[in-house]
Amino acid sequence: MDAGLFWEWVIKSLIIVLMLTAGFAYATLYERRVIARIQVRIGPNRAGPFGLLQPVADGIKLIFKEELTPAGADKVLFFLAPIITVLPSLVITAVVPWGDTVVIGGRVIRLYLTDINVGILYILAVASISVYGIVLAGWASNNKYALLGGLRSTAQMISYELALGLSFVGPILLAGSLSLMDIINAQKHLWFVVLQPAAFLLYFLASLAEVNRAPFDMPEAEQELTAGYHAEYSGMKFALFFMAEYIKMIAVAMIGASLFLGGFMGPFVDRFPWLGPVYLFLKVAVWLFVMIWLRATLPRIRYDRLMQLGWKVMFPLGLLNAVVTAFVVVLVGG
Amino acid sequence: MPLMYYLGLSAFMFTIGILGVLLRRNPLVVFMALELMFNAANLAFVAFAAFHKVLDGEIFVFFVITTAAAEVAIGLALIIAIFRTKHSVDIDQMSELKG
Amino acid sequence: MSALQWVFIIASLITVGAAVMMVASHRMMHAALWLAVALLGVAVIFVTLEASFFAVVQLLVYIGAILILIVFAIMLTQRSTEAGSRLNSLAWGAAGVAGVIWTALTYVFIRWVVSGTPMQELGASFDDVVLLGKALVDAEGFAVPFEVASVLLLAALIGAVYIAFERKGEGS
Repeated sequence: MDAGLFWEWVIKSLIIVLMLTAGFAYATLYERRVIARIQVRIGPNRAGPFGLLQPVADGIKLIFKEELTPAGADKVLFFLAPIITVLPSLVITAVVPWGDTVVIGGRVIRLYLTDINVGILYILAVASISVYGIVLAGWASNNKYALLGGLRSTAQMISYELALGLSFVGPILLAGSLSLMDIINAQKHLWFVVLQPAAFLLYFLASLAEVNRAPFDMPEAEQELTAGYHAEYSGMKFALFFMAEYIKMIAVAMIGASLFLGGFMGPFVDRFPWLGPVYLFLKVAVWLFVMIWLRATLPRIRYDRLMQLGWKVMFPLGLLNAVVTAFVVVLVGG
Repeated sequence: MPLMYYLGLSAFMFTIGILGVLLRRNPLVVFMALELMFNAANLAFVAFAAFHKVLDGEIFVFFVITTAAAEVAIGLALIIAIFRTKHSVDIDQMSELKG
Repeated sequence: MSALQWVFIIASLITVGAAVMMVASHRMMHAALWLAVALLGVAVIFVTLEASFFAVVQLLVYIGAILILIVFAIMLTQRSTEAGSRLNSLAWGAAGVAGVIWTALTYVFIRWVVSGTPMQELGASFDDVVLLGKALVDAEGFAVPFEVASVLLLAALIGAVYIAFERKGEGS
């Protein structure tokens, strides 16, 4: 293997991980500020200018918190569960491109980690693995609220994975490829959100359920389950769950922007490839804003309604959308 | 890399699967051992497909995975049903046909 | 040794170790997780065989769906699982049968001339996903088995719901 290629790969991975963790820190601040504005408050503004050091303060606080392990817990799994939760959320964005190629010091560098030909399936596969962390956290805690929270979220996530997978079918059929790069290139002139509004809506709702965000934040329903699967976690282990949730939000926004909103495509991106990451960042910021807005506006829906929505509305709608799209693609000859 | 390596690994996994099926009494572990055996067979199929450059082996794996999914759905439903009537899941107690 | 060989050796050691631990572990949940590790190892080995589609499907279907169902069943039948880890009464016979099968398999593989020759490298243009997709829906290829498989899945779905459905007024 070419050593330069290897180091390029290592550096790109590092940048992605650092960007995601920094993104996590500032997504929490972003969320708190936006929700405060929606609720006519000011939000955290004391630590640093505009509260920009608030995530650092939160992190320091969590590091110094006492770590508790409940009696009767499965110690190894209790320790592993937060790690298993964070890892998939970090690796899922490996196939999402954030730009085309740029030239640095005479070397052509592709602004994506990898472009495997089964990119979309990879995303689905990693998303399906992320269920494990939650199940194990609920099970290893030896607490019935945590166990119930874990069971609920597993059922929710595997139910909505169907709708998520079916929402991917539309863009795949239109682009004729499973690679995200091909899908983004197919949206050069027209975003898929125009051609696939139903799939976009399905993806948006299913991804909310997949990352356990309001109004589908059932696993964390405080009133019923205290805190769901992470009821027994404290300190840095709790911070890892928190981190996984926000990184998953960012990942979901990145994937959705790539599938439906043209990814890094935008005006003048052909001439100035550095604009690619900027466009992607802006799209992700808007996507996150909508997610936060929903959290501040909508109440949590009841669990049976959630399952009904998933199986009786979104799943048939996804199937219908896939069939109609396939017919149209064949008729138009795309 | 020689095909032998893959086949050896496949044979070893298959044997461990057989051991699991024959030794353990909990039907869920037996299920897991069965999945291991399926996987050993899949590994051999994919290795042959890559070795002979023929896709038929991979297509067979596709159908094996489909069948495994169907089998697990039915099997687990049966285990849950048995657990509901007998309040235990021990293979030795599943000897009656009448529930 | 090439990087690919190292990847294969490490992945196969992890797979075999996890498989042994799965059969040996006493707690059900640990057995399930060891199986997940073993399946992950097999997925990595699929990557070394350039079958990226099956590596991903392995993650998606085996680890993401089948094993999650098993974990679910473990959680639902939790009351009996702690006692259910004893070995079968015919343990020695079982070990004997497994040993015989392993010897037979290894003997067949070693005697077989073809298995010693190294595999050819697949070209970069070999896109198994497109070929596989075309073969599955081709009327000359595997369209009929594909449809039969979908009917099988539907039948399994309905059957599983019917079996596990708790009928009112019956049972406990």
